[in-house]
Amino acid sequence: MIQMNNVIKKYPNGVVATNGITIDIRQGEFVYVVGPSGAGKSTFIKLMYREEKATSGDVIVNGINLTTLKQSRIPKMRRQLGIVFQDFKLLPRLTVYENVAFAMEVIEEQPKKIRQRVLEVLELVGLKHKVRMLPSELSGGEQQRVAIARSIVNMPKVVIADEPTGNLDPETSWEIMNIFEEINARGTTIVMATHNREIVNTIRRRVIAIEGGMIARDEYGGDYGYEG
Amino acid sequence: MAMKGRTIRRHFRESFKSLGRNGWMTFASVSAVTVTLLLVGVFAVIMMNLNKVATDLENDVEIRVYIDLIADAEEAKMAEDQLVDEIHSLPEVAEVIYSSKEQELDKLIKDFGEELSLYEQNNPLHNVLYVKAVDPHETANVAKAIDKFDNTYEVKYGEGKVEKLFNFIKISRNVGLVLILGLLFTAMFLISNTIRITIVARRDEIEIMKLVGATNSFVRIPFVLEGMWLGILGSIIPMVAVSVAYYNIYQILLPRLKGQMLQILPNTPLLYQVNGLIITIGILIGVWGSFMSVRKFLKV
Ligand SMILES: Nc1ncnc2c1ncn2[C@@H]1O[C@H](COP(=O)(O)OP(=O)(O)OP(=O)(O)O)[C@@H](O)[C@H]1O
Ligand SMILES: [Mg+2]
Repeated sequence: MIQMNNVIKKYPNGVVATNGITIDIRQGEFVYVVGPSGAGKSTFIKLMYREEKATSGDVIVNGINLTTLKQSRIPKMRRQLGIVFQDFKLLPRLTVYENVAFAMEVIEEQPKKIRQRVLEVLELVGLKHKVRMLPSELSGGEQQRVAIARSIVNMPKVVIADEPTGNLDPETSWEIMNIFEEINARGTTIVMATHNREIVNTIRRRVIAIEGGMIARDEYGGDYGYEG
Repeated sequence: MAMKGRTIRRHFRESFKSLGRNGWMTFASVSAVTVTLLLVGVFAVIMMNLNKVATDLENDVEIRVYIDLIADAEEAKMAEDQLVDEIHSLPEVAEVIYSSKEQELDKLIKDFGEELSLYEQNNPLHNVLYVKAVDPHETANVAKAIDKFDNTYEVKYGEGKVEKLFNFIKISRNVGLVLILGLLFTAMFLISNTIRITIVARRDEIEIMKLVGATNSFVRIPFVLEGMWLGILGSIIPMVAVSVAYYNIYQILLPRLKGQMLQILPNTPLLYQVNGLIITIGILIGVWGSFMSVRKFLKV
């Protein structure tokens, strides 16, 4: 599903954010990415959808080598992924429905299909009754649920999330985690960078700890492992 | 990959919606376009009229060929016919008009008064051929060539003055061209900058589109269409203003310029040309400005 082979990412300013990462994530896995601030978690995540390009080493997602992928092929590749961000990244002027439908319009789906599928995923995240609202009229947790709905609307094999609960209170974070678990239970791979110790220690899954741009620990059913 | 019809419709719909959503940015862009196109329009009208005046002046340049005085009427006629034929045979010559010395005197009497009519008994003037060159700039050469023919008493074309006039016209045209180009560049700069500001304000939107897998053209087309609408909207006031103003100025000037050497261009086709120019430049600038501005943000 996702393979990295000795991946180094050096930013133009000279910072080496990942320093030789090798990893194999298989279809259907649920993976936490943990580590101190500045360790390289976000960079690791960004390499998976080619927001950042590896300086050296191979990143293979869904069988596509992102390191050698042509710029013009990136859109097609991203349609196979769902991406969720800490700050939701919703379009503020579109309604809940439109925000989710947007990801399907982009790939030129049939309107009928779009309607059906958008309502389906909004039901899954429990927001079917708020389709006409704008993001600004929703709580943070609700906005993140819209973003998750958008990320899975095109049925990706993998959902990549960078601190999806980072802006949410504990209770809301649990609701979001329930949705991720539900998505994972349907067979979708989840890769999630997080600082949430409680979640990692409660919903036990594979934990990849990154420190100083390198893998410090990779453990199935591991714990969060950092103090504070 | 060919774009589907509904996607094209979506792009049009989005570009319209975006004009509304970006309310005052739309207003700012349209205002910028309006101001510059107004300048372009006014300037184009002025330049085209100056060009017309210049061309009229150029075309007014003619050669006067004074024919030798020959006592014998028959001989004179033969000499004149031969000269006319010779002049006609020059490829640069456009027209030759004959004016007898009686006609010449009538003109003088008309211009300078009846006192001159005493010369009617003993006309001292020459018969004259008025010659025009195909290209007015060839006038001097044509005059030189005619001067070599037999039976020419004198060949005049306003030597010195004509060269100065041509020179002046040439410089004016070049200055006008430079001014127009400068204005166009300013317009492009102003408009693309305004459009850039509106797009910078929407970089998040572009970023999100790219992250959900939109292709560059999918992102770009609505922006480019929007730029086109901005150009079209911005052309309306300049087109109407220039047309109405010119129409009225023309109505006022027309009777005053009657019979004058100086003429201005009639409404048609001038206004069609200028309006065509305004809207073309508006669209080009809008499309180009959007295209260039959005390009920067596509690299996500
Ligand atoms: N675009 C960039 N240009 C230059 N350096 C960057 C860039 N993005 C990140 N870095 C640097 O790379 C290193 C890793 O950053 P990264 O964002 O991957 O850390 P992180 O583990 O996600 O941290 P956090 O937990 O705070 O989100 C940091 O030193 C950071 O300053
Ligand atoms: Mg981070």
